Amino acid sequence: MAKIIGGITTSHIPAVGNAIANESFVDPYWKPFFDGYPPIREWLHDQKPDIVINIYNDHGLGFFLDQMPTFAIGAAHEYINEDEGWGIPKLDPFPGAPELSWHIIEGMVADEFDITSCQELAVDHGFTVPMQLFWPGAPHNPEMPRAIPISANTVQHPIPTLKRALNFGKALGKAIRSYPEDIKVVVLGTGGMSHQLDGERAGHINREFDEMCMEKIVTAPEELTKISRHELVRQAGTQGTEFLMWMMMRGALSEKVTPLHKNYHIPISNTGAGTMLLECID
Amino acid sequence: MEITEFDSHTQIPGTTLFDGKMAMKGYALNKMCFSFNAAEAREEYLADPEAYHDKFKLNEEQKQACRDKNVLALIAAGGNIYYLAKFAGIYKLGVQDIGAQQTGMSVEAFKEKLMRQGD
Ligand SMILES: [Fe+2]
Repeated sequence: MAKIIGGITTSHIPAVGNAIANESFVDPYWKPFFDGYPPIREWLHDQKPDIVINIYNDHGLGFFLDQMPTFAIGAAHEYINEDEGWGIPKLDPFPGAPELSWHIIEGMVADEFDITSCQELAVDHGFTVPMQLFWPGAPHNPEMPRAIPISANTVQHPIPTLKRALNFGKALGKAIRSYPEDIKVVVLGTGGMSHQLDGERAGHINREFDEMCMEKIVTAPEELTKISRHELVRQAGTQGTEFLMWMMMRGALSEKVTPLHKNYHIPISNTGAGTMLLECID
Repeated sequence: MEITEFDSHTQIPGTTLFDGKMAMKGYALNKMCFSFNAAEAREEYLADPEAYHDKFKLNEEQKQACRDKNVLALIAAGGNIYYLAKFAGIYKLGVQDIGAQQTGMSVEAFKEKLMRQGD
């Protein structure tokens, strides 16, 4: 049967894609951020997962406001990356795992999560930056697993509640574990942490709140579900709502997890950048 | 559940929640900005912004905000920051540039403000 070996969180700031392209790894601005990744890469190298579930939020490439799914699951053979408007060179396609996608979709809809299935989906920096961080050279890193993108809406309110996000993750985990093949699956929760790009409050970052979230998500994710969406915006900023992806990731893991690695740094671009590696306990 | 949760005019200072009300108001503007994912659309816009505004049926408030490249006015006109970022990109304005503009700071001062939050 399929096994979920662990979960990884990371911010997915577009500027990171540029920094990777420019190899700014030891630049004083970037070093404290990139230093958070080698221990995770080592773990991935040792574990060699077969599949990565990449939970991210589209920022206006794959979806527009004409049709905005609250939860969308990729079911494609490959996922293309495209120009997001800034003319950054696009990456080659990322191989998918549509058989597992459909198994997950079947399982989740049976579990009463009404999701949108996508046989074509252009993936943006929210998906690609984490892939590049964890598998340098992606999509051409031979150790990079086949990927299934899952996107949740944080573009337009109403966005899902934290409780729904955690429960989504639980149903996702259950669906993955019921897959009959002996494969190893790792789940990414990308985005966040606190940041706000819009309004007179632009530049808002909240270290205290981010650190609380990083602590609670390990030991007591249920407690975080008490935070209302309104409160999440107040504390983490308008784009800090991307923390929902972390909640979805967490729900898919075992109830108890071992936190193997953690890094937090302010600022990368306008954002409090957080990275964590949580290993599942059987 | 509090009803305020559905109100875009929240009590969070300097913050507009992009909800259904704003989505209705800004649809044309956001649709235009979404088109800027394509390089050809960006070129077409730069060649004749007014014609492009008309093509997407922007209202006068939205057109003026575009002419002024005024991010707060674009948000008030229903713009969503994820799409506005693509508009800003046409003029090579990054998230720190638009942060500085919205907070009335110089870009250097805005970056400084971000750095200070790491202390
Ligand atoms: Fe994001």
